[in-house]
Amino acid sequence: MYTIIDKIQLTEGIFKMIIKAPHIAKSWKPGQFVVLMVNEIGERIPLTIVDGNTYEETITLIFQVVGKTTALLASKNVGEQIYSIMGPLGKPSEIKRYGKVALIGGGVGAAEILPQARALKQVGNYVISIVGARSSSKLILVEELKSFCDEVHVCTDDGSYGFKGFVSDALSNLIEEGYRIDYVYAVGPVPMMKAVSKVTFKHKIKTVVSANPIMIDGTGMCGVCRVIVGGEIKFACIDGPDFDAHLLDFDTLESRLKTYIKHERKAFEDFMRCQCHG
Amino acid sequence: MGNEEKSLREMPQLLPIEERISTFKEVNLGFTEEQVKKEASRCLQCPKAYCMAGCPANVKIPKFINAIRQGNYKRAIEIICETNSLPAVTGRVCQVEMQCEKACILGRKGIPVSIGLLERFVADIALKRGWKRFACDAFNGKRVAVVGSGPAGLTVAGDLIKLGYEVTVFEALHKPGGVLVYGIPEFRLPKNVVEKEIKTLEDSGVKICTNFCVGKSITLKEIFEEGYDAVFLGIGAGAPVVLDVPGVNLGGIYTANEFLVRTVLMKAYLFPKYDTPIDFGKKVIVIGGGNTAVDSARVAVRMGVEEVKIAYRRSVEDMPARREEILRANEEGVKILQLVNPVRFIGDENNHVIKVELVKNQLTYIDETGRSVPVPIEGSNFYVEGDMVILAIGQKANRVFTQTVPQLKLDKEGYIIVDYEAKTSLERVWAGGDIIRGSATVIQAIGDGKRAAASINKTLMSNNI
Repeated sequence: MYTIIDKIQLTEGIFKMIIKAPHIAKSWKPGQFVVLMVNEIGERIPLTIVDGNTYEETITLIFQVVGKTTALLASKNVGEQIYSIMGPLGKPSEIKRYGKVALIGGGVGAAEILPQARALKQVGNYVISIVGARSSSKLILVEELKSFCDEVHVCTDDGSYGFKGFVSDALSNLIEEGYRIDYVYAVGPVPMMKAVSKVTFKHKIKTVVSANPIMIDGTGMCGVCRVIVGGEIKFACIDGPDFDAHLLDFDTLESRLKTYIKHERKAFEDFMRCQCHG
Repeated sequence: MGNEEKSLREMPQLLPIEERISTFKEVNLGFTEEQVKKEASRCLQCPKAYCMAGCPANVKIPKFINAIRQGNYKRAIEIICETNSLPAVTGRVCQVEMQCEKACILGRKGIPVSIGLLERFVADIALKRGWKRFACDAFNGKRVAVVGSGPAGLTVAGDLIKLGYEVTVFEALHKPGGVLVYGIPEFRLPKNVVEKEIKTLEDSGVKICTNFCVGKSITLKEIFEEGYDAVFLGIGAGAPVVLDVPGVNLGGIYTANEFLVRTVLMKAYLFPKYDTPIDFGKKVIVIGGGNTAVDSARVAVRMGVEEVKIAYRRSVEDMPARREEILRANEEGVKILQLVNPVRFIGDENNHVIKVELVKNQLTYIDETGRSVPVPIEGSNFYVEGDMVILAIGQKANRVFTQTVPQLKLDKEGYIIVDYEAKTSLERVWAGGDIIRGSATVIQAIGDGKRAAASINKTLMSNNI
């Protein structure tokens, strides 16, 4: 079973969990994810693998509470078990020497660029990361990123820390200032990835994003995670989740993500009400 | 009069239509004991049993029916289980009319013996009474890994555990059973029946590891490194075909795989008690004509939608779905639009489907399947309102596993190539079920599993690998 070994709250609504999962710890690579069910009646959700420890046989997941399932996961404590975790799924990211790379993480996306930063640094890239959040109190993992990156740029929407504005603006500024960037990897909310893609398209910089559609089985069986890449239908779970940002249809991705928005809201509200009333 | 009566077969009890359309309870309630006795007495006990030749699982049909006649149900189930590990499943979902019952000699002049329902009756009694069904030999020192816990994989596991092998089944999902748990709806195959059948295998010593996606969680190479002597790949076809027409990515358009995984496996119809949501519309259109299309339509009916239509490109007579299921769907209010093709899906301002543009087809020449080829009639386009569309137009080979083993020989469509003994191009690796031929039936998968198990046994016992 998948026992929770450690749980740390990184900021309001964002949690880091270290979970026993021997076969995933052994075989995962940056860019891959797991599909997780908190309990037997739960839904299956995909979460990016942030780290793994072969010796301890654990994996690290970092997630934001956005609905019932993530709230339920966050309510689990050290020593408790997760019903099902399957992986590692998806194609690993292409880790090679690009030259100067920029990793962009919006919100909890900062967690997902951590393994990218480590791997890309290891093969000799100059690694810049740009992370953003609404305000300084919502920033996560800045110190951890500093230990792997040559430069870490921090943005906040309200200007309470670092650059005031979006990560895509900060990237645009760096390029305008004369930074020659060879490769960009972006993870975060769809509008953020779309904005980054727009900036790099203008400057003809190879850009990869980690698509985050709804998934169920995660093994190419159900087709719910279909995305349009260069006009063709692809399944994010087996053909991705990494795709060329300049070919990915962000609007379809965003619209398909909203399919269950009413259900999700109701389930979340019901869950929070139950929690409050014990 | 007497002869006529003798040629008429017993009809199973069915759940009343009103109850069917509002619940997921099993529709076909099977035979009563009295009916079983009558039906068993119709069997001619042919010395040369054609029915057996028509059964991919080689069930000794006249012999088990004879045991039923003697009132010895325990003996009957023992006879069935010698060759078939999943009788409560096959007794329900086998296309008997195309297999054993088609071959039954009584069928030539009248109506064949209802073999499927007799099998189901004794299988259900066995599950209820907990009769230990597998006589297993002592451990023979050999270990076999089975990839995929669908009907093919479970059959291999059952056949080999009886012969004294140690068997481990790897399943990617959180529950074992493959298509039996994620594909075939409750009203046709109750999940507690599947669970009990699998439990019987586990009680006999089969180990099942869920949450293991072979190729991802563990590689084929690692399986052999862990000391397994042979591997059987029963990984299913798996990848849904997404129709390539405008609007196919609108909200409300599901592949049948997604629709059935949500409802059958994840029980989205019980949302919010179960966490997986599904967005049921008022007017549902199912595209396709196979069992999956009919199953999807019948699930939708049970969700209380206003209307459910099946749109099929050929004629109703050419639908590959079982006649019985088409009949049940009709009874439950499903309408069938025949000879139509979807051309376009039209959405509202929220990118949710509201309408389907269809074109009428005409039938032309007969193709190699013996059916007329439908060709669109230009200018015959029309619209049908629908705020939920389910695409049940077939599957293709899922490469999630095969792409991790480049040496494994595949055909041009990505299915694993096997010989007549179910051997793949790799040493000590066998394969069967949908991954060798594309979507087929449960009983074909079971037949593959039996062939593979026999070949694995022959190979491991003779070569002494």
